[in-house]
Amino acid sequence: MTSDSPAHMHPSRSFQGLILTLHNYWAAYGCVILQPYDMEVGAGTFHPATTLRALGPRGWNAAYVQPSRRPKDGRYGENPNRLQHYYQYQVILKPNPPNLQELYLGSLKAIGVDPLLHDIRFVEDDWASPTLGAWGLGWECWCDGMEVSQFTYFQQVCGIECAPVAGELTYGLERLAMYVQGVDNVYDLNFNGREGDEKVTYGEVFLQAEQEYSRHNFEHANTVMLLRHFEDAEAECKALLAAGAPASNDNLPMHRMVFPAYDQCIKASHVFNLLDARGVISVTERQSYILRVRNLAKACGEAFLMTQAGGLAA
Amino acid sequence: MPDLLLELRSEEIPARMQRKAAGDLRKMLTDGLVEAGLTYDAAREYWTPRRLTLDIRGLTARSKDIHEEIKGPSTTAPEQAVHGFLRKAGLASVAEAHIHSDPKKGDFYVAHISKPGRAAEAIIAELVPAIIRGFPWPTSMRWGPASAKPGSLRWVRPLQTILCTFGPETEEPVVVDFEIDGIRSGNVTHGHRFMAPDEITVRRFDDYVTKLEAAKVVLDGDRRKEIILADARNLAFANGLDLVEDEGLLEEVSGLVEWPVVLMGEFEQAFLAIPPEVVRLTIRANQKCFVTRPQGDGENLSNRFILTANIEAKDGGKEIAHGNGKVVRARLSDALYFWRTDQGDLPDLEQLEESAKKFGLDLKKPLDQRMARLDHLNVTFHAKLGTQGERVERIKRLAEEIADTLSKQPKFFDGKLLSADDLNTEQKYLRERAGRASVLAKADLTTEAVGEFPELQGAMGRKYALLQGEHPSVAAAIEEHYKPQGPSDRVPTDPVSIAVALADKIDTLVGFWAIDEKPTGSKDPYALRRAALGVIRILIENGVRSRLVELCVQLLRLHNAAKLARFLSTKIPISLFDLSRSTFAQAVNAPAGRYVLDVQVREHIERYVQRQVPQEDESEILHDLLAFFHDRLKVYLRDQGARHDLIDAVITPQSDDLLQIVRRVEALGSFLDTEDGKNLLAGTKRAANILAAEEKKKTAIAETVEPALFREEAEKSLFAAVNQAEKQAGEAIQNEDFSAAMLALSVLREPVDSFFERVLVNDEDQAVRANRLALLARIRAATDQVADFSRIAG
Repeated sequence: MTSDSPAHMHPSRSFQGLILTLHNYWAAYGCVILQPYDMEVGAGTFHPATTLRALGPRGWNAAYVQPSRRPKDGRYGENPNRLQHYYQYQVILKPNPPNLQELYLGSLKAIGVDPLLHDIRFVEDDWASPTLGAWGLGWECWCDGMEVSQFTYFQQVCGIECAPVAGELTYGLERLAMYVQGVDNVYDLNFNGREGDEKVTYGEVFLQAEQEYSRHNFEHANTVMLLRHFEDAEAECKALLAAGAPASNDNLPMHRMVFPAYDQCIKASHVFNLLDARGVISVTERQSYILRVRNLAKACGEAFLMTQAGGLAA
Repeated sequence: MPDLLLELRSEEIPARMQRKAAGDLRKMLTDGLVEAGLTYDAAREYWTPRRLTLDIRGLTARSKDIHEEIKGPSTTAPEQAVHGFLRKAGLASVAEAHIHSDPKKGDFYVAHISKPGRAAEAIIAELVPAIIRGFPWPTSMRWGPASAKPGSLRWVRPLQTILCTFGPETEEPVVVDFEIDGIRSGNVTHGHRFMAPDEITVRRFDDYVTKLEAAKVVLDGDRRKEIILADARNLAFANGLDLVEDEGLLEEVSGLVEWPVVLMGEFEQAFLAIPPEVVRLTIRANQKCFVTRPQGDGENLSNRFILTANIEAKDGGKEIAHGNGKVVRARLSDALYFWRTDQGDLPDLEQLEESAKKFGLDLKKPLDQRMARLDHLNVTFHAKLGTQGERVERIKRLAEEIADTLSKQPKFFDGKLLSADDLNTEQKYLRERAGRASVLAKADLTTEAVGEFPELQGAMGRKYALLQGEHPSVAAAIEEHYKPQGPSDRVPTDPVSIAVALADKIDTLVGFWAIDEKPTGSKDPYALRRAALGVIRILIENGVRSRLVELCVQLLRLHNAAKLARFLSTKIPISLFDLSRSTFAQAVNAPAGRYVLDVQVREHIERYVQRQVPQEDESEILHDLLAFFHDRLKVYLRDQGARHDLIDAVITPQSDDLLQIVRRVEALGSFLDTEDGKNLLAGTKRAANILAAEEKKKTAIAETVEPALFREEAEKSLFAAVNQAEKQAGEAIQNEDFSAAMLALSVLREPVDSFFERVLVNDEDQAVRANRLALLARIRAATDQVADFSRIAG
């Protein structure tokens, strides 16, 4: 937030203030500010605003918060840093502007991280999402040894070369907030920036859910049902892609049902993560599950290129 | 002479790639310059996270004009030859060629070629873009709007500026002008990203280095390393600590900073309850920080760590140290969580009972629970080789059997004064411990600590085993069964470790051989060569006798049985036969005729199973695997300095006691060093050569030697000597006394020599000749007991 915003909105006081500051910063740059995708995903990258929009020739600048679920990272609320549900702040700029690093550092300054006081570093981290058939080169961005963001130049998504390349920034919001608020335990984060009776902490909002979901993820999620759901989502994704595929006599080969099909791909991916957390997937099976999700993602990506947003000439 | 300065400034280059990339740049550019006809006095490369820099001194300003003459054919040569010459010399017509005369050859064509020299700048402006476009980065990327088109520039990360100046020390250098994908070369760079981001105009290397240093960039990577190391040692020392040095980490850290500032952070003492390796790896892998020890302590860590920042912070680094401390604490609390979780009970213990029973596990113990879970979850070892649980069952069976073999080899009880009863008990213990260690060997694969740091497999298992009160040999075997990891790794010596390590490796080898996944060329994804070398080193360096083939046969049968079982339990499309699964299984397993089933259906099923689960030919697999062991043994022995011809002479396709092979090679080597040995070798070879020649000619050779056909005394005495030597050598070999066997054979030397001196093998009488050849065959047979002399050189 700008300096004239009230103190309780300042990122150093307020988790939501941090989010709003980033929104303002990237909105000012010209990004469309989107809302979270309404499905369970493992990372902001899965949002179709990134996965699908990174494909094709059209320019695209967007920013949004994405709740991210990593069932395996549940710690029953006992670890001060690890959560099975957390927020990512996602920025995607296609093509990446030449000063993307400076833009990123500018956003850190906006939330109160002074690069002459803190040690900001770009440490190699070649990003790959085997389930999305995606990879890119970039860095983990460190602030005093803490990874606060991922910075990636997408080279390939859904198995398709990115042309042009998109730059993706992913901020780990809780970590960043802990940093700027000077808090050691995520549950102690000040959520709303108020003090005394009016203060709401991150723990008050999420601790119970972390405990309950950890039980669910590790002990109770019904694996038989989940295995079935995986199969269902996979079949549905393929069916939708087939149903929306361009007819042979179309003038333009336009696909008519990419987004709904992609939802099923997201669903399969999340179900797989849950099964993995339950420990019922062996090392070799893991590979084949990942491959199955990737095949769905690839098919969706290829279909997307046959749509208007994917650059199909009108 | 002019100097060249080149800087390629980009976004942050991965630390691990910088040194090599700078070296590649130097080599590619200097090679290119030399090839273009330039020379230089010296070239040195530098790197930081954001730049590759090359300093070339004393470069020639121009390449020399080149004049050369290319001799052509005679002026009377056919037209075709003349055309060929013109093409080669690049001339348009004969008119451009000169005619030289030679008193012997007459007139012939000569092309006078002259290439004017080129300015170094032009050469550089052509070379550098080509080098940048073809740079051998391990991975490279496209970026920005240009990446919309195919063929756009690739670099390790976006390339930002190119600085390229050229000129003699006495003059103002010039910018070598070129452009690549919109980046134009210049004389401008930037300093430290945060402390001095402004433009710096540069003339040549000397002011470049000075200006960079003033702009908070230490250009020389090795100097950054020295600074970090010296400062880290001093900082540790000043705090009563010793730095735990780590060259790999130092190299990496030096590639993460342009301006190293060493700081100290700390974490709570309580985290020191975690094993030191786990603390060190946690801090190193995640934070790229060094750990320290209390001064003089060889084992324990202190709660202070050393980090390398990239800035001189306004507050002297307090915030940075504090922030890093927080992250380290968070990572260590993860590690502590792993360490404690691994020692606690798993949920759902009742589900694990079946697995516990199978392996005799005690579900009150944490590591036992982890093994039960590994089995219960059916964690796959390899898609075609079944689960880890099945693998552990096989390893256990084999390890127990090896333990029994070891306990019959007295060396393992050396130094212990044991009564017969005690020895019996010790032998029983050895078997029990080998079984127990096998059962726990893979348990740590499901621990949290190993999940986080796979390189700690085995080491963590050992720690957890000791914590739950396992016998020290059992605990040690859990770690040591992975050893040796290569030619220089330590070989386990405790019999429990030996048994499990051998069982583990042999199971791996047999398994992959059974599914035909053998190493080929440089490809060995399952490290099977290393496994075979491990078996060899364990057997030989511990002096262990073994029957490898017998061990392998058992495993192969277990593998095949498991394969069939897996198939029967999961893969049958029963619908094919309209039968219940159990009926089908009975039908397949029932001896022919016992199970009443429509004959056609039965045959159908049998054919189906045959197709789906081919039972590979046991002997072929074993033969091939043994040959692989022989190959690896040869490599091993050659590395030890043994003569390869002696190894070849001793190894037969059936030799499966590797230790015995080694002993034979040793005995043979010393025997051949003696005069008797050399002469006997010569005599035997002569006999073998004659035989081979006659066998080729299909000359009749008698089946047995008939003393009545002897004409010469030398024949008689050789026959007597062969009989004697063969018998004695045979007995010696029975007792595995190879030196005695050699000694027995050495007696043959004199009679063999005098036989060849006095007797003509090729007698006119065919019966006599056949008998003499039979006698030679006996020499060969006698020596063959020890080694195939024909394979020995010399």
